[in-house]
Amino acid sequence: MFSLAVFFQSFGPLFWAARYTLLISVLGIGLGIVIGTLICAARLSPYPPLRRFAAVWVSFLRGVPLLVQLLVFYYALPVIGLDVPAMVAAVVTVGICASAYISEIWRGAIAALPKGQAEAAVAIGMTPVDVWTRVILPQAVTLSLPALINELILLVKASSLVSVVGILEITRASQAQAATTFRPLEVYIAAACIYLLINLCLAALGRYLEHRTAV
Amino acid sequence: MLAASSVEMRKVNKYYGKFQALKDIDLSIPPGKVTCLIGPSGSGKSTLLRCINFLEEYDSGEVRIDGQLIGYDAPNKKMSGRRLREMRRSIGMVFQQFNLWPHMTARENVAEGLIRVRRISKADADRRASEALAKVGLADKSASHPSRLSGGQQQRVAIARAIAMEPKLMLFDEPTSALDPELVGEVLSVMRTLAGEGMTMVVVTHEMGFAAHVADQVGFMEKGELVSVASPDRILHRPEDARIQSFLRTYHERNSF
Repeated sequence: MFSLAVFFQSFGPLFWAARYTLLISVLGIGLGIVIGTLICAARLSPYPPLRRFAAVWVSFLRGVPLLVQLLVFYYALPVIGLDVPAMVAAVVTVGICASAYISEIWRGAIAALPKGQAEAAVAIGMTPVDVWTRVILPQAVTLSLPALINELILLVKASSLVSVVGILEITRASQAQAATTFRPLEVYIAAACIYLLINLCLAALGRYLEHRTAV
Repeated sequence: MLAASSVEMRKVNKYYGKFQALKDIDLSIPPGKVTCLIGPSGSGKSTLLRCINFLEEYDSGEVRIDGQLIGYDAPNKKMSGRRLREMRRSIGMVFQQFNLWPHMTARENVAEGLIRVRRISKADADRRASEALAKVGLADKSASHPSRLSGGQQQRVAIARAIAMEPKLMLFDEPTSALDPELVGEVLSVMRTLAGEGMTMVVVTHEMGFAAHVADQVGFMEKGELVSVASPDRILHRPEDARIQSFLRTYHERNSF
């Protein structure tokens, strides 16, 4: 029998664990945006070595599962003498992995802009910095918002993978709960509800931002 | 009276890989006059126009604005970005696709260059932008985004954006080709006013009526060559070259019904 009592009792500890899920996702996408922007800039730069580096970065990080990246990163660092907390390892790995996707999101959005947009700015004598900050990036950000929100939602779900390095986020917390209560169904459904709630909020945030930046 | 620039092109060549887009172009554009460039599509008219502000980099020859070489300091030595930007400041350009910035209002589109390039205060730039918009008959649309404007209105905002910079030379790259026929007139009439004020204008166009009535000289291009430059009457009504005759015949056939 499905126990509503166990179901509702599960929410407390799982909500508490959700702080790690959120922290990892939000810091991860933040780091991903910073690195992804740099990688995209490298990819679009006029310097072939930089372009090649960015292309390898993207194909490598996109081609290896996040779970494997986490394990490699977490177990490789102590070998080279770096003992980082699991949380730092998790955020960095998630951020680096996201950077590959985010740089491609930027690149796609920038490529989608008509060439004439930049030409009009160049023709009146704007500097390259102004062309990028005033004309290209504002439009690229608007164009890529749906894809960025999509990426953030994927990260919230992918953050469940960091349970393998011992972080007590929603998924690992629900496994622990299930093991102590012997009521896995109620606990996992509660976990599913929390993930869904988070992602519905993010989707709503995305719609709000899209609406605000629409022209 | 506006300060107006002259343009001298000497032996200008442009290649796209092996394809030669411009062949030894010689062209004098006198100050304060309107020069129209006509010819079949793909003949190099737009490429020629875009070489004047070095949006298109010509490979050899010279393009001089008021005697000053644009794009190069010496043969094979590119001009610095800063010097090129300085020269471009006094050359306005209007594109076939308008190229207004969709995330800015009409006024912001016009004020942007004044603020960023001319370093004018925002208040002054807004005032000048409003004046430029009034001049093209769009004073009431200054707060509208481009997506709210008709094609003709967008192109007039684009002209306002160019003239607000107080250029000494205006380049028009098929300014009415993307417009519905009933919107062509409003754009041409703004251009006519500008020509009347003594602006040097180079206009790539398929509007033979405009070329006939407003141009001081008309250049006919085909296959990368500037076949002939002469008065509108000579080119449009008494063409000697068979290529011009054939082009005009096609044009008239298409426009008669």
